[in-house]
Amino acid sequence: MFKLDKTEIWLVVSALVLVASAFLLPSWLTFILTLALAKGLVVQGVVIQMRAGLVSFGQGLFFCIGGYSVGMGGAFLGIHDAFVLIGLGVAASVGVAAILGLLMTRYRDIFFAMLSLALSMILYGLIVKNQALGSTDGFNVHDVSFLGWMPAGEDQKLVIFVLTVLVAGGIAIALNRYMKSGLGGVNEAIKENEIRVEFLGLSPRWILYANYLFAAGISAVGGAFTALATGHVDPEMAFWTTSGEFVFIALLGGTSHVAAPFIAAVLFALVRTYALELAPHSWQMILGFVLLAIIVFLPKGLWSLVAEKRRAAA
Amino acid sequence: MKRTKSYLAPTALALAAAIGFSAPVTAAENGKFRVGIVTFLSGAAAGPFGVPSLNGAKLVIDALNEGKVPAPYGLKGINGLEIETVIVDENGGASKQVEEFRNLAERHKVDAVIGYISSGDCLAIAPVAEELKLTTVLFDCGTSRLFEENKAPTYVFRTGLDAAIDNIGAARYLIDTGRKLESVASIQQNYAWGHDSWGDFSAAIKQLKPGVKVTTEQLPKLFQGQYGAEISALSVSKPDVIHSSFWGGDMEAFVLQGNARGLFDKRTAVLTCGESALDRFKGQAPNGLVIGARGPFGAFAPENTLSTWFRTAYRSSAEMDPTYPAFKMAQAILGLKAAVEKAAGKPGVIPAKEEVARSFKGLTFESVSGTVRMARANGHQALQGIAYGEYKFDAKSDKATIANVKSYSGECVTPPDGTSAADWIKAGFPGAQCN
Repeated sequence: MFKLDKTEIWLVVSALVLVASAFLLPSWLTFILTLALAKGLVVQGVVIQMRAGLVSFGQGLFFCIGGYSVGMGGAFLGIHDAFVLIGLGVAASVGVAAILGLLMTRYRDIFFAMLSLALSMILYGLIVKNQALGSTDGFNVHDVSFLGWMPAGEDQKLVIFVLTVLVAGGIAIALNRYMKSGLGGVNEAIKENEIRVEFLGLSPRWILYANYLFAAGISAVGGAFTALATGHVDPEMAFWTTSGEFVFIALLGGTSHVAAPFIAAVLFALVRTYALELAPHSWQMILGFVLLAIIVFLPKGLWSLVAEKRRAAA
Repeated sequence: MKRTKSYLAPTALALAAAIGFSAPVTAAENGKFRVGIVTFLSGAAAGPFGVPSLNGAKLVIDALNEGKVPAPYGLKGINGLEIETVIVDENGGASKQVEEFRNLAERHKVDAVIGYISSGDCLAIAPVAEELKLTTVLFDCGTSRLFEENKAPTYVFRTGLDAAIDNIGAARYLIDTGRKLESVASIQQNYAWGHDSWGDFSAAIKQLKPGVKVTTEQLPKLFQGQYGAEISALSVSKPDVIHSSFWGGDMEAFVLQGNARGLFDKRTAVLTCGESALDRFKGQAPNGLVIGARGPFGAFAPENTLSTWFRTAYRSSAEMDPTYPAFKMAQAILGLKAAVEKAAGKPGVIPAKEEVARSFKGLTFESVSGTVRMARANGHQALQGIAYGEYKFDAKSDKATIANVKSYSGECVTPPDGTSAADWIKAGFPGAQCN
């Protein structure tokens, strides 16, 4: 009834290894991994839509809603349970997406990309104008409890890391199932030829709408974990450069496998932090060259390394 | 599709772990005092703030390592130990800065961190510094919310001043120099800094001179660069005074464009961050422009052995006068040195972080800007005065100077502990001691 395929076994093993390694790895590294996996979740949201041919340049909108829900839930509503806060973020995000999705699913290609970017910049503008939310400076997220348990300082970050790994793993398995289901396959068909899909008796628009809601939900989870881990939220989360980074990581990893966004996000974070250390004055250049090299030599993303090997073996 | 195998995930993890463990973990065991320096090395804030502050840091740290800084800082390095630096770019947003701060604390194992220009970064870093128990000296960011949000700091210190002081000082200067002040107009960058600055200034000026009219409030977006429409709006509204918290390239652009269109003729403009471009205006700013340096820094720093030494040394290495960010960075380093040496008792050792925090709290130390007392926010915030003056360019010598300087003591412009700047201004500055 609940049989795991090979990908899922690997996902479970990876998640367990990560959880176990939480106690071995230095805490700066678990922190980077927490942020990278949280970012990876948002990238998954971008990738889901990319498979159906839509590139969202505004996924930061839902990332930001997730983050601010955690921050505002603690600061204004007095909610301090991590799970309730994450749930709040997802509910708010999906709620917003349910309305915006009605409009968004009418557009394709560059129009979808630009409109999604515009919507996230509207949120950015609203937050910047709001002094109660600290404008561009943002505000701090209160310490949270986990079902009544409130670990202190260092342990709190460890718990958040473990939680991020487990949630990311769970979502990855769900995504893998979706990808391999019939409906998941239709996404590819929508990208190739939407009219034919209609003739098959399916409604591309509602499939895209479902994708949009799902992407909004997991992006909010990513935003919530980012807020919990860094302890601070600011409107930069909805700024177009943040959304651009998600698209970039999506391209970096490739869209063909569910693990690719996570790997790309981790790699991106590590390259960035070491580039910063090696060349504090020109780290952006190192980052740029690495990304350029990947685009030139691996146009289908990092995952093509794995795919090619497999093709050679076959 | 069914045969999909994902061996990359564990491989990447192993790789990550390998990189992690092979990182240089040569703690302070090498007998040096390691300091993380965080400032803008890229982006719009690098030119006006980041680079001068880094120049200042390098100069002071090199001189300390060679034992060349005048008394009372003659002891080599920090407490006789050579200072080693890890330099980090502040660009990239608050969550990345938190990441890098953790790297500094745990990967580089620094003994202290000095840095942060952006208020958002300061707010995000402060709780992390407390969590990791790492002595952190904030040298520049100005947000009033720093110690309002983090009420009981232990390891976080700010040697720079609160931005409210800039604006209270500016309001007092305009009143005390007896300018025509029936109406005031505002132009600020549309983000937290601009909103807060105008909020404090407009409240203070209304408190000091009831009945002042606000003619217009312009909020162009950050780094807009072209202010044609805003300058027209300001001109048309005919204010007596224009207040702006613009900084860096935006400020220079505004001054150049406004001056060309006669915006500053027959009226006063006050720029709270104007000093950082003192040498860059090159006569293109109007004489009589009121400028500040966010405290007794840069051109406003008092003459003493330390400031004279700093100016001379900076001029010979960077071939220009040090502006206020350089002074503020030097002040943070000297403050840290004074605190560590007081905590250590004898040279050649690194005292425990708790000891450093305890001796930094309420410390009085000599700096390039005169004597600094850590006398606010329960001993974690520096208390200093502020000065304003008028820009004056001498075409003959091609040199800009500052005229009609007026200084205000810290007690005159700083709210007492437990009162927020906004409440203090609203209540009419109770307890302010001005001379």
